[in-house]
Amino acid sequence: METKVNLIPIHVMGKQYMVPDTLTVMKAMEYAGYQLTRGCGCRGGICGACGIAFRLPDSYKIEVGLACQAMAQPGMYLAVLPFFPNKRGIHDLNKVKAAVDTFKALYPEVFKCVSCNTCTKSCPMSIEVMDYINAVIRGDIVQAAELSFDCVMCGLCTSRCPAEISHANVAILARRLYGSQITPRAEHLAKQVEQVKAGKFNEGLDQLKKADVNKLKELYKAREAEPDNTPDEWAPKSNDYL
Amino acid sequence: MPYTPELKQLIKKVEATRPERVRRKKEGKEMPAMSLEERQAVLDAFHPDCKKTSKRSIGVGVNKGYAISPEIVDQLESKSRVNPDQVDLNPRFTTDVLVVGGGGAGVAAAIMAKEHGAKVLILTKLRVGDANTMMAEGGIQSSSKLHKDSPYYHYLDVLGGGHFKNVPELAEALVGDAPETLAWLESLGCMFTKDPDGRLLTIHGGGTCRKRMHYAADITGAEIMRTLRDEALNFPEDIKVIDFTSAVELVLNDQGQCAGVVAYNHETEEYFTIKAKAVIMATGGSGRLHIQNFMTTNHYGATGDGLVMGYRAGVELNFLHTVQFHPTGVSYPDQIEGLLLTEKFRGMGANILNIDAEQFVFEREPRDVEAAAFIRECEERKKGIATPSGKVGVWLDSPMIDDLKGKGTVEKEFVGKWKLYMRHDIDISKEPMLTYPTLHYQNGGLKINARSETSLPGLYAAGEVAGGIHGENRLMGNSLLDVCVFGRRAGRSAAEFVKSGAKDGKLGLEHVKKYHQELEAAGIGGGRVSPMLLPDYGNPDVRKNQITTCYLGTIR
Repeated sequence: METKVNLIPIHVMGKQYMVPDTLTVMKAMEYAGYQLTRGCGCRGGICGACGIAFRLPDSYKIEVGLACQAMAQPGMYLAVLPFFPNKRGIHDLNKVKAAVDTFKALYPEVFKCVSCNTCTKSCPMSIEVMDYINAVIRGDIVQAAELSFDCVMCGLCTSRCPAEISHANVAILARRLYGSQITPRAEHLAKQVEQVKAGKFNEGLDQLKKADVNKLKELYKAREAEPDNTPDEWAPKSNDYL
Repeated sequence: MPYTPELKQLIKKVEATRPERVRRKKEGKEMPAMSLEERQAVLDAFHPDCKKTSKRSIGVGVNKGYAISPEIVDQLESKSRVNPDQVDLNPRFTTDVLVVGGGGAGVAAAIMAKEHGAKVLILTKLRVGDANTMMAEGGIQSSSKLHKDSPYYHYLDVLGGGHFKNVPELAEALVGDAPETLAWLESLGCMFTKDPDGRLLTIHGGGTCRKRMHYAADITGAEIMRTLRDEALNFPEDIKVIDFTSAVELVLNDQGQCAGVVAYNHETEEYFTIKAKAVIMATGGSGRLHIQNFMTTNHYGATGDGLVMGYRAGVELNFLHTVQFHPTGVSYPDQIEGLLLTEKFRGMGANILNIDAEQFVFEREPRDVEAAAFIRECEERKKGIATPSGKVGVWLDSPMIDDLKGKGTVEKEFVGKWKLYMRHDIDISKEPMLTYPTLHYQNGGLKINARSETSLPGLYAAGEVAGGIHGENRLMGNSLLDVCVFGRRAGRSAAEFVKSGAKDGKLGLEHVKKYHQELEAAGIGGGRVSPMLLPDYGNPDVRKNQITTCYLGTIR
């Protein structure tokens, strides 16, 4: 059964095209004839390459979104923002501390936030952007990291910010400080690294490398499988090769 | 758009069988996994690789006669985008290590090459981080739980997934480097999901015998990619970036070494030469070639460029006769078709169901087996669920994860996908998802050794563009590991080569001329040029009116 295509007008950087109303803005632009060379990445809402700004008819509001996620709407006027000049506070992560002073030094403009909440309203990932900026100002790096975790770094918040903050770069600094300095390192992983370096597994791996297919299949079938719904403490019956 | 009334009716059946399925799972009663013989039978009959039309022999070059996907053969049996006699070989940029590709492998390589003293230039046709790495969701494998896991068991799983065909030294490098690589990512600040005491949480993936999938919610790849990118961009003196610029050919010198690339600026449409002492090919995969017209999970730039460039320069290809289809791509709603639904959904216990809400396959078979079982259920047994636009799918019962692991788990652990579906008014913690196999991963590629060296001195390859690590089929969580492990190895090896092996010489494109002669002698290739660089999703009605093919005056 052929479904009827309903065409609607959209204005791509001022020029009108008729496009099906079932398409995202990105697919609508391609339908109109654009070969995208910028402003297109994962096409799945995670890479942040395809920011757009648009306005709907009879509204004064400037809205922003991701072209691969936002649906084409009748009469929308849109501009693509595939690149936005973000500021980067250059640093070596090993030489900065997980403290508010780091942000004061690298991103002093953060402290000029006027709490207008435009950043939050512009976020295509529904992140509480202003809240994490305020967390940074308070020196609460843990909260800044957790609140910003879903950030795709599209920069749309920056495009709308009256204090000209590069939120995404501030947020990733908070997350990397959190991940590298605040949360405890995994001790079990560090031990495994030591064991590998000490050559503990070399003999077992050598045997496997030399084994023929039949032997490998036999060993593969004999593997003891960790059941799904067991706690982390589960241990196999055999300690061989551990 | 939300589920239609017809689909909602079918969802009621899923809800009806759910309590019993949850109860059984809580008791540890799983649907039995297939035996190796059963796996082979379903693969032979239903995997897209096994279709008769799925292969064609390559007509020229070092792998002449090797039968692989015709879509890739078309790219190989094409002329260069440039006339080699016209290219200006005076280098516009010169560097120690040139990295082609800005994904996980490329950026990991750049960081390691820098740490080993090299000046690095990253060339990327989109932006740094626009890559499949960014889109990987479920996790990264490594043995890390000493009391139950080791590289030994990881190796066995890798080999079993790869049909025991993997190159042993590459599989060994993968599993052996895994713990150190994971610790490196941790030290760079990746926010892996942990207990308060720092213990990493781990789950199963398809084909794993121990829970060794480490993750950062459901955006593990994005977390790794944006962290690596941030690290690289914080050293602008040592790691420079040229973006929105493709590499189209390797450049060799008269010492027989790889010594740079011909690059193409997408905005100015100009070709120019970059000279380097070593080149790392990290161009990723080829999902956007849409093999057998399958939808794909891959990012926009995944067009197999590195295979083409390497092959023209005489580098052997391997393991390209298999293509990985991810079992769970989105088949509804249409706006997000083909998109990846992470294997972590199944890792956390979500069942796979047919139209009658019956389990027909254990949810954690290796990917190729799982995908083939979906296709069998829909094509042969006709028990798939039809979508309004004429596609088909099977249920991935995400709500049962909340029943198993506690209310709110789906929203917390799969926040990216939960938000994505909510935009279409589908709450995946309450309603299951419709899925069908989608083109996901290039199992093979340029042949490398454990140092990430190709047969061409000065040329390295890492990540999806390289072949052999995963044999004929990759397991979940081993590609994020692969890009980091071999990216790091390539970066180190290339930096060492810069210091000790690289020789200066006259730049040339003789290999391209020779390849063109071969194509002409064989009478193949027609009017095709490659690499493709970007896929064509243009409207055919518009395309047919785009009739200018060369410069006429100032406007093309």
